[in-house]
Amino acid sequence: MGTAMNAFDYERVATLDELVAALAGDPDGTRLLAGGTDLLVFMADGKLAPRKLLDPKRVPELNGISHNGTLRIGALTRMRDVELHPLVRSRYTALAQGAFEVGSVQIRHRATLGGNLGTASPAADTPPALLVHDAVVKLRGPDGVRKLPLGELYRGPGQTVLAPGEVIVAVKLPEHPARTGSWYIKLATRKAMDIAFVGVAARVTLAEDGRVAEARVALGAVAPVPLLAAEAGAAVTGSRLEDAALAAAAEAAMAASSPISDKRCSAEYRRAMVGVLTKRALRQAAALAEKR
Amino acid sequence: MAKQLISLRVNGSERDCVVEPRTRLLDALREGLGLTGAKEGCGNGECGACTVLVDGRPINSCLMLAVEAVGSEILTIEGLATRDGLHPLQEAFMEHGGLQCGICTPGMILAAKALLDENPKPSEAEIRAGLAGNLCRCTGYTKIVEAVQAAAEA
Ligand SMILES: Cc1cc2nc3c(=O)[nH]c(=O)nc-3n(C[C@H](O)[C@H](O)[C@H](O)COP(=O)(O)OP(=O)(O)OC[C@H]3O[C@@H](n4cnc5c(N)ncnc54)[C@H](O)[C@@H]3O)c2cc1C
Ligand code: FES
Ligand code: FES
Repeated sequence: MGTAMNAFDYERVATLDELVAALAGDPDGTRLLAGGTDLLVFMADGKLAPRKLLDPKRVPELNGISHNGTLRIGALTRMRDVELHPLVRSRYTALAQGAFEVGSVQIRHRATLGGNLGTASPAADTPPALLVHDAVVKLRGPDGVRKLPLGELYRGPGQTVLAPGEVIVAVKLPEHPARTGSWYIKLATRKAMDIAFVGVAARVTLAEDGRVAEARVALGAVAPVPLLAAEAGAAVTGSRLEDAALAAAAEAAMAASSPISDKRCSAEYRRAMVGVLTKRALRQAAALAEKR
Repeated sequence: MAKQLISLRVNGSERDCVVEPRTRLLDALREGLGLTGAKEGCGNGECGACTVLVDGRPINSCLMLAVEAVGSEILTIEGLATRDGLHPLQEAFMEHGGLQCGICTPGMILAAKALLDENPKPSEAEIRAGLAGNLCRCTGYTKIVEAVQAAAEA
């Protein structure tokens, strides 16, 4: 058969306890298989060769989107279901856009939100959006449950702080105040099926008087990990997004970035685009905030 | 590692198939079951030639293990026509010249079916977005888009 993958065992697990115990028992050889759109590609390329894959796609706690003030998205929820969810689209627009930017429809019907975080690609499309939504990841491991702000999940390219046996159970997004809007912009060569040169997400909450009460800016593909550019958000807080405030935010976002040059484009271009897209994403987020 | 006998529900019937855990759904369909409609273009999720529907969702069968599909309903291009004739999308692709060499066509038609099942009257932009994961090196896409539009109106 036309497969270059190593041989391995495959097992479906029915509960979270089973999953954690089995992963902790063999941290080097056993892997969680979510949508497989990263893992199976790495395996076909010979970059990974696990002895065993555990498939938790039927574990109920890992699936689905629910809402009780906080929005809870199970880690195994597929991108397509994130992107089409009415509440995600209306209140967490940047996330809906980030999910929509992942690969093709076919990829998004398999790719999971937890997998997009677990791979820890600096250029992944949902982390910048999740960062501006103040996402918290719920982890479960042999030592129990812990919750981390998403920004603390990453250690470096391809690396998370997950302990052996620890899995991402869900992503939780707090409710944003009224008059909040958000936006994600992906810059790439092609309109679909391409890795971001730069990804910028923004969230803006407007006060009664039309000034910015709170703002967040987050960046993808321009640092070893997805990054919240806190100073960029602070730079427009209290402003009416006048040109000077936007320019200050753009400067702050560029300063927070540490892009590299690669075959796709140069570091200088990436840094310049961080500035341009920060302004654009803040304006778009504010325009949505005005409507809500 | 060991070979195992699994049962896949394909095009409405249960079919037995011997696979390894690493056997991709694409290989189980093509080599195990002789359903060669799904094609291998790239083998890594880029081209869409291997698209089939699993529980109604269009997926790349080169990026799914056969064992993952146990218990699911699989539809391949072979299952689309009925005793009464071709599916309207198949008719439309023929009528509007939506294919030349035909390599991309099974995946293209199944991706288009998933699109129309979800959105019966898509705009041209929605059709192009829905088919962004299916590459065609022959047609230039315009005739494919026209075929899908025609099928949507039929
Ligand atoms: C053709 C193609 C195009 C793509 N385009 C994009 C794109 O535009 N943007 C983008 O961001 N990505 C893209 N990707 C990458 C990929 O689709 C995403 O990163 C996806 O979200 C991965 O999710 P998955 O469920 O498939 O993960 P898997 O491949 O199943 O898993 C990935 C890794 O994360 C681990 N993992 C998975 N779930 C968990 C969990 N709950 N807890 C702990 N660890 C976990 C796995 O063990 C594995 O190491 C593309 C991939 C392909 C093949
Ligand atoms: S062969 Fe599966 S996407 Fe190309
Ligand atoms: S008809 Fe030849 S690739 Fe599409």
